[in-house]
Amino acid sequence: MIGYIIKRMLYIIPVCLGVTAVCFALMYLAPGDPAQALLPPDATPEDAAYLLRLYGFDQPVWVQYGRWVLRAASGDLGVSLQSQRPVFREVMSALGNTAVLSAGAVLLAFVLAFILGTVAAYNIGSRIDQASTTLSITGVSVPNYWLGIVLVIVFAVELGWLPAAGMGSAGSDSFSLTDWAQLRYAILPIITMSVLPLGIIMRSVRASVAEALGQESIQLLRAKGLPPYAILTHAVKNAFPQILAVMGLQFGFLVGGSILVETIFNWPGTGFLLGKAILTRDVPLLQGTILVLSISFVIINLVVDVLQSIFDPRVRRT
Amino acid sequence: MRNLQTTSVAPVAKDMPLAGKIPVVSPLARVKDLNVQFRSRDATVHAVNGVSFDLMPRDVLCIIGESGSGKSVTMKSMMRLLPPKKTVMTGEIEVNGHKVLDLSERQIRHLRGAEISMIFQEPMTALDPVYTIGRQITEAIRAHEPVTTSEARRRALELLELVRIPSAVSRLDAYPHELSGGLRQRAMIAVALSCKPKLLLADEPTTALDATVQIQVLVLLRQLQDELGMGVIFVTHDIGVAAQIADKIAVMYAGEIVEFGSARDVLVNPAHPYTRAMLASTVHGQARDADLPVIPGDPADLRRLVAGCRFAPRCGVSKSLCLERAPSLVGVAAHHDAACHLINSLT
Repeated sequence: MIGYIIKRMLYIIPVCLGVTAVCFALMYLAPGDPAQALLPPDATPEDAAYLLRLYGFDQPVWVQYGRWVLRAASGDLGVSLQSQRPVFREVMSALGNTAVLSAGAVLLAFVLAFILGTVAAYNIGSRIDQASTTLSITGVSVPNYWLGIVLVIVFAVELGWLPAAGMGSAGSDSFSLTDWAQLRYAILPIITMSVLPLGIIMRSVRASVAEALGQESIQLLRAKGLPPYAILTHAVKNAFPQILAVMGLQFGFLVGGSILVETIFNWPGTGFLLGKAILTRDVPLLQGTILVLSISFVIINLVVDVLQSIFDPRVRRT
Repeated sequence: MRNLQTTSVAPVAKDMPLAGKIPVVSPLARVKDLNVQFRSRDATVHAVNGVSFDLMPRDVLCIIGESGSGKSVTMKSMMRLLPPKKTVMTGEIEVNGHKVLDLSERQIRHLRGAEISMIFQEPMTALDPVYTIGRQITEAIRAHEPVTTSEARRRALELLELVRIPSAVSRLDAYPHELSGGLRQRAMIAVALSCKPKLLLADEPTTALDATVQIQVLVLLRQLQDELGMGVIFVTHDIGVAAQIADKIAVMYAGEIVEFGSARDVLVNPAHPYTRAMLASTVHGQARDADLPVIPGDPADLRRLVAGCRFAPRCGVSKSLCLERAPSLVGVAAHHDAACHLINSLT
């Protein structure tokens, strides 16, 4: 078990190297050389040469890459061209804000999807099954930016129950989970973001629990005289590793933030930051954000794999 | 109803030695005119058609027949394991005094695993892969008896020793995939025996095993049957296996019993043309290059049963009578019956 976890963690190293290589390459995907992006149009060639030296752009590519990786490993992702603040700090604060939304959305989606999906799988073909199928198809089909706007119109504009946008007190860019006044701001974006994963996870819960219920081992459980709830527990435990994989993926996507949802709700998260970096051609910020998000995704997958091995003893052997 | 009072184990163990000494023994299980149909939108499958037999305590009955002859369905209906929504069952099934078809879902649950147990063909798929062997045994015990976790675990260990699993203590915490095929099948037998059932149903339990392991498991089953005084119904399509373990043999074709008798009678003096053809198509010391005779034609279509004898279209000796009127089981010799119009004219 411990051996499996260590082995699984070692796999992260090549993945992270790949991620850094792609992020680093972003710099060169942009047209022109990077110094041009920094300099005003009327800069002299001497200025440009100075800048190239200053930033190390005159070195061979792999030296630049090595330096960049070493600095990134120590938490130095450079400085944002726009805000002139360290990229690392900007990304981390955005990640924290998005984490509030994604954790909330994930929790909501997981709990609902798990209950509804299991109930649907146990009663396949019934009204409950049909209703939950409808719900999940709706969840997958409804564009979340549209839903966000509708929710704002209904609950913020018409009813006035919840704030329409923002993250609480003016200018605030940090979030307190214990403060209800601030927490209210998260409710609508969380609901908006939860709908898509809700639909996807519910479908996969239903499918995998139904599959587990069709297995021959269920016959043996019935032959042992176990009551229905005990049999369902077996089925769910069998289906869980599969469900976990889907949940992990969905959580990973949510941590990447949603440019649309975060823009609608004016929420300073990673999606928002990514959008800003792209629109302003802020390459260091873009690189840093993508790097941090990719590594978060890798870590989430690691956690899912470890959890899977806890639930399914067969995984441990490999 | 005075059902379900005998779920505890102790009285069983005390009663069983007496069973042999009492002159008149009532059957452990009695199936009377059992019909099982599977209904779907497109078709009705007549899987079992008027099956009747008695199983005496401590008897091993082998049901043999080709795939789709209704042998497994007959057995599963004795435990009511067939999907209730699609299945229509009529007739009578009585096991250890319980009228199985009349019981409520809750009552039948108390019977399953306690008085009637079942072992399946493929232990790899029948055991739950994410639960330890020990857990799968203890949960069967605790479903029927109010015992503590440690007591259940102690009994699980005893059961693993009973089925001759080596280093049983460590195997309690093993998962099914960590055991070999033979050990897995032993573990499944241990699960089935966890509450000392009176009737053990075995659905081709050796088919998925290697030939050498097959013999070991058969010998073990026979020993356990004797030690625990169980009645056993053993479904197989392997006549060799049946010869090894059976006291009685029922031959099924198209959902009907076509021949019933002691293992010796049926295998040595088969009466029904189907039994004869089946025995003729097995390997028994023919010349190496001789082709085995086969039964011509296809198995009966259970969606559209023909009138008359269901084997007649494939039978080498059938007459016009056979296509018109269905034969019923008649005595060939003492305790040996066959369903064929031509029994007396066959030699």
